[in-house]
Amino acid sequence: MPEKTNAKSMSIIVTKGSLDWAYPPFILGTTAAAMGLDVTMFFTFYGLGLLKKKLDLQITPLGNAAMEMPMMGGHMTMPNLMGVVPGVDRAATVMMKNLIKKKGVASIEELREAAVESDIRMIACQMTLDLFEYKREDLIEGHELGGAATYIDSATKSDINLFI
Amino acid sequence: MADQVLDAKGLNCPLPILKAKKALKDVPAGGTLEVQSTDPGSVADFEAFCRTTGNELLESKTEDGVYVFLIKHTS
Repeated sequence: MPEKTNAKSMSIIVTKGSLDWAYPPFILGTTAAAMGLDVTMFFTFYGLGLLKKKLDLQITPLGNAAMEMPMMGGHMTMPNLMGVVPGVDRAATVMMKNLIKKKGVASIEELREAAVESDIRMIACQMTLDLFEYKREDLIEGHELGGAATYIDSATKSDINLFI
Repeated sequence: MADQVLDAKGLNCPLPILKAKKALKDVPAGGTLEVQSTDPGSVADFEAFCRTTGNELLESKTEDGVYVFLIKHTS
Protein backbone atom coordinates (compact mmCIF):
# COMPACT_ATOMS: atom_id res chain seq x y z
CA MET A 1 0.00 0.00 0.00
CA PRO A 2 1.17 3.54 -0.67
CA GLU A 3 2.02 5.62 2.35
CA LYS A 4 -1.02 7.37 3.74
CA THR A 5 -0.70 10.75 5.34
CA ASN A 6 -4.36 11.31 5.98
CA ALA A 7 -7.33 9.04 6.35
CA LYS A 8 -9.39 10.65 3.62
CA SER A 9 -10.97 8.58 0.92
CA MET A 10 -12.74 9.05 -2.39
CA SER A 11 -14.98 6.97 -4.57
CA ILE A 12 -15.83 7.48 -8.22
CA ILE A 13 -18.59 5.86 -10.24
CA VAL A 14 -17.26 5.58 -13.80
CA THR A 15 -20.11 5.30 -16.28
CA LYS A 16 -18.69 6.49 -19.58
CA GLY A 17 -16.15 4.86 -21.84
CA SER A 18 -15.32 7.31 -24.60
CA LEU A 19 -11.84 8.82 -24.94
CA ASP A 20 -12.86 12.23 -23.60
CA TRP A 21 -14.97 10.91 -20.72
CA ALA A 22 -12.28 8.48 -19.64
CA TYR A 23 -10.05 11.35 -18.52
CA PRO A 24 -11.87 12.91 -15.55
CA PRO A 25 -12.17 9.72 -13.47
CA PHE A 26 -8.61 8.57 -14.11
CA ILE A 27 -7.08 12.02 -13.58
CA LEU A 28 -8.96 12.60 -10.33
CA GLY A 29 -8.48 9.04 -9.10
CA THR A 30 -4.73 8.91 -9.67
CA THR A 31 -4.21 12.41 -8.29
CA ALA A 32 -6.22 11.66 -5.16
CA ALA A 33 -4.18 8.48 -4.66
CA ALA A 34 -0.98 10.51 -5.10
CA MET A 35 -2.26 12.86 -2.39
CA GLY A 36 -2.66 10.00 0.03
CA LEU A 37 -6.36 9.27 -0.32
CA ASP A 38 -7.79 5.77 -0.46
CA VAL A 39 -9.51 5.61 -3.83
CA THR A 40 -12.22 3.28 -5.06
CA MET A 41 -13.41 3.32 -8.66
CA PHE A 42 -16.60 1.52 -9.62
CA PHE A 43 -16.78 0.77 -13.35
CA THR A 44 -20.30 0.32 -14.61
CA PHE A 45 -22.12 0.42 -17.94
CA TYR A 46 -19.91 1.98 -20.64
CA GLY A 47 -17.30 2.75 -18.02
CA LEU A 48 -16.61 -0.97 -17.68
CA GLY A 49 -14.95 -0.92 -21.09
CA LEU A 50 -12.15 1.16 -19.55
CA LEU A 51 -10.99 -1.97 -17.73
CA LYS A 52 -10.55 -3.98 -20.93
CA LYS A 53 -6.99 -5.13 -21.49
CA LYS A 54 -6.90 -3.62 -24.93
CA LEU A 55 -8.23 -0.09 -25.15
CA ASP A 56 -9.30 1.51 -28.39
CA LEU A 57 -11.08 4.59 -27.15
CA GLN A 58 -13.01 6.80 -29.52
CA ILE A 59 -14.53 10.23 -29.42
CA THR A 60 -17.64 11.43 -31.22
CA PRO A 61 -18.99 14.88 -32.08
CA LEU A 62 -22.49 13.37 -31.91
CA GLY A 63 -24.34 14.74 -28.90
CA ASN A 64 -21.20 16.62 -28.02
CA ALA A 65 -22.41 20.07 -28.96
CA ALA A 66 -19.74 21.99 -27.04
CA MET A 67 -16.86 20.13 -28.69
CA GLU A 68 -14.34 22.45 -30.29
CA MET A 69 -10.96 21.54 -31.69
CA PRO A 70 -8.15 24.08 -31.90
CA MET A 71 -7.27 24.55 -35.52
CA MET A 72 -5.03 27.06 -37.31
CA GLY A 73 -5.13 29.53 -34.44
CA GLY A 74 -8.91 29.33 -34.09
CA HIS A 75 -11.41 26.74 -33.03
CA MET A 76 -13.37 24.43 -35.23
CA THR A 77 -16.77 23.50 -33.91
CA MET A 78 -18.21 20.14 -34.77
CA PRO A 79 -21.85 20.40 -35.81
CA ASN A 80 -23.85 17.67 -34.15
CA LEU A 81 -24.92 16.38 -37.53
CA MET A 82 -21.30 15.73 -38.53
CA GLY A 83 -21.30 12.76 -36.19
CA VAL A 84 -23.39 10.71 -38.59
CA VAL A 85 -20.96 11.16 -41.47
CA PRO A 86 -18.85 8.02 -41.88
CA GLY A 87 -15.24 8.53 -40.81
CA VAL A 88 -15.88 11.67 -38.78
CA ASP A 89 -15.56 9.86 -35.44
CA ARG A 90 -12.31 8.29 -36.57
CA ALA A 91 -10.98 11.67 -37.75
CA ALA A 92 -12.03 13.39 -34.52
CA THR A 93 -10.35 10.61 -32.52
CA VAL A 94 -7.09 10.91 -34.47
CA MET A 95 -7.20 14.69 -34.04
CA MET A 96 -7.77 14.37 -30.31
CA LYS A 97 -5.01 11.79 -29.85
CA ASN A 98 -2.56 14.01 -31.72
CA LEU A 99 -3.49 16.95 -29.50
CA ILE A 100 -3.07 14.81 -26.39
CA LYS A 101 0.42 13.84 -27.46
CA LYS A 102 1.40 17.34 -28.52
CA LYS A 103 0.27 18.92 -25.24
CA GLY A 104 1.98 16.40 -22.99
CA VAL A 105 -1.31 15.03 -21.69
CA ALA A 106 -1.09 11.48 -20.38
CA SER A 107 -2.69 8.69 -22.36
CA ILE A 108 -5.52 6.78 -20.69
CA GLU A 109 -3.31 3.67 -20.73
CA GLU A 110 -0.67 5.60 -18.80
CA LEU A 111 -3.16 6.91 -16.24
CA ARG A 112 -4.71 3.49 -15.79
CA GLU A 113 -1.29 2.02 -15.15
CA ALA A 114 -0.73 4.72 -12.53
CA ALA A 115 -4.07 3.78 -11.00
CA VAL A 116 -3.04 0.14 -10.72
CA GLU A 117 0.38 1.08 -9.33
CA SER A 118 -1.12 3.31 -6.66
CA ASP A 119 -3.40 0.52 -5.42
CA ILE A 120 -6.64 2.14 -6.42
CA ARG A 121 -9.42 -0.32 -5.68
CA MET A 122 -11.12 -1.05 -8.98
CA ILE A 123 -14.51 -2.69 -8.90
CA ALA A 124 -15.97 -4.07 -12.11
CA CYS A 125 -19.77 -4.11 -12.12
CA GLN A 126 -20.88 -7.74 -12.27
CA MET A 127 -24.24 -6.86 -13.79
CA THR A 128 -22.63 -4.91 -16.62
CA LEU A 129 -20.25 -7.77 -17.26
CA ASP A 130 -23.25 -10.08 -17.71
CA LEU A 131 -25.29 -7.53 -19.63
CA PHE A 132 -22.66 -6.79 -22.26
CA GLU A 133 -21.28 -10.33 -22.23
CA TYR A 134 -17.73 -9.44 -21.29
CA LYS A 135 -15.45 -12.08 -19.90
CA ARG A 136 -13.39 -11.49 -16.78
CA GLU A 137 -10.31 -12.49 -18.76
CA ASP A 138 -10.92 -9.52 -21.06
CA LEU A 139 -10.30 -7.17 -18.14
CA ILE A 140 -6.98 -6.09 -16.66
CA GLU A 141 -5.55 -7.82 -13.62
CA GLY A 142 -6.21 -6.30 -10.25
CA HIS A 143 -9.90 -5.58 -10.55
CA GLU A 144 -12.49 -7.14 -8.29
CA LEU A 145 -16.11 -7.91 -9.05
CA GLY A 146 -18.97 -6.32 -7.20
CA GLY A 147 -22.37 -4.76 -7.43
CA ALA A 148 -24.28 -1.77 -6.15
CA ALA A 149 -24.03 -2.87 -2.53
CA THR A 150 -20.24 -3.20 -2.79
CA TYR A 151 -20.09 0.36 -4.08
CA ILE A 152 -22.48 1.75 -1.45
CA ASP A 153 -20.46 0.06 1.28
CA SER A 154 -17.37 1.88 0.02
CA ALA A 155 -19.22 5.16 -0.55
CA THR A 156 -20.61 5.34 2.99
CA LYS A 157 -17.04 5.43 4.26
CA SER A 158 -15.75 7.91 1.69
CA ASP A 159 -15.23 11.63 2.20
CA ILE A 160 -15.75 12.34 -1.51
CA ASN A 161 -18.12 10.49 -3.81
CA LEU A 162 -18.20 11.36 -7.51
CA PHE A 163 -20.38 10.20 -10.36
CA ILE A 164 -18.80 10.65 -13.76
CA MET B 1 20.78 22.03 -4.01
CA ALA B 2 17.94 19.58 -3.86
CA ASP B 3 18.64 15.92 -3.09
CA GLN B 4 16.79 14.97 -6.23
CA VAL B 5 15.59 16.74 -9.35
CA LEU B 6 12.53 15.80 -11.36
CA ASP B 7 12.24 17.12 -14.89
CA ALA B 8 8.50 17.29 -15.61
CA LYS B 9 8.82 19.87 -18.37
CA GLY B 10 6.40 19.40 -21.26
CA LEU B 11 4.05 17.28 -19.19
CA ASN B 12 0.50 18.29 -18.47
CA CYS B 13 -1.85 17.79 -15.52
CA PRO B 14 -1.81 15.47 -13.60
CA LEU B 15 1.55 14.01 -14.68
CA PRO B 16 3.85 16.46 -12.81
CA ILE B 17 2.03 15.62 -9.55
CA LEU B 18 1.96 11.86 -10.21
CA LYS B 19 5.67 11.82 -11.07
CA ALA B 20 6.53 14.01 -8.10
CA LYS B 21 4.71 11.66 -5.77
CA LYS B 22 6.65 8.74 -7.24
CA ALA B 23 9.96 10.60 -6.99
CA LEU B 24 9.30 11.55 -3.36
CA LYS B 25 9.30 7.86 -2.45
CA ASP B 26 13.04 7.79 -3.18
CA VAL B 27 13.74 10.93 -1.17
CA PRO B 28 14.51 10.17 2.49
CA ALA B 29 12.43 11.97 5.12
CA GLY B 30 13.84 15.46 5.55
CA GLY B 31 15.32 15.38 2.05
CA THR B 32 14.29 17.68 -0.77
CA LEU B 33 12.94 17.24 -4.28
CA GLU B 34 13.11 19.88 -6.97
CA VAL B 35 10.39 19.68 -9.61
CA GLN B 36 10.68 21.54 -12.90
CA SER B 37 7.45 22.03 -14.82
CA THR B 38 6.12 24.03 -17.74
CA ASP B 39 2.47 23.50 -16.80
CA PRO B 40 1.10 26.82 -15.43
CA GLY B 41 -1.52 24.85 -13.48
CA SER B 42 1.20 23.20 -11.46
CA VAL B 43 1.77 26.39 -9.45
CA ALA B 44 -1.58 26.02 -7.69
CA ASP B 45 -1.43 22.23 -7.80
CA PHE B 46 1.89 21.80 -6.01
CA GLU B 47 0.67 24.15 -3.28
CA ALA B 48 -2.47 22.02 -2.90
CA PHE B 49 -0.53 18.77 -3.12
CA CYS B 50 1.80 19.82 -0.32
CA ARG B 51 -1.02 21.17 1.83
CA THR B 52 -2.92 17.89 1.63
CA THR B 53 0.01 15.49 1.90
CA GLY B 54 1.83 17.43 4.61
CA ASN B 55 5.03 17.76 2.61
CA GLU B 56 6.58 21.20 2.83
CA LEU B 57 6.73 23.51 -0.18
CA LEU B 58 9.96 25.37 0.56
CA GLU B 59 10.06 27.34 -2.65
CA SER B 60 7.94 28.07 -5.71
CA LYS B 61 9.48 30.23 -8.41
CA THR B 62 9.66 30.82 -12.15
CA GLU B 63 12.95 30.65 -14.03
CA ASP B 64 12.95 31.38 -17.77
CA GLY B 65 9.40 30.14 -18.22
CA VAL B 66 9.99 27.05 -16.10
CA TYR B 67 8.16 26.63 -12.80
CA VAL B 68 10.47 25.33 -10.12
CA PHE B 69 9.24 23.82 -6.87
CA LEU B 70 11.34 22.75 -3.92
CA ILE B 71 9.57 20.19 -1.78
CA LYS B 72 10.76 18.88 1.55
CA HIS B 73 9.73 15.29 2.09
CA THR B 74 8.25 15.40 5.57
CA SER B 75 5.58 12.72 5.39
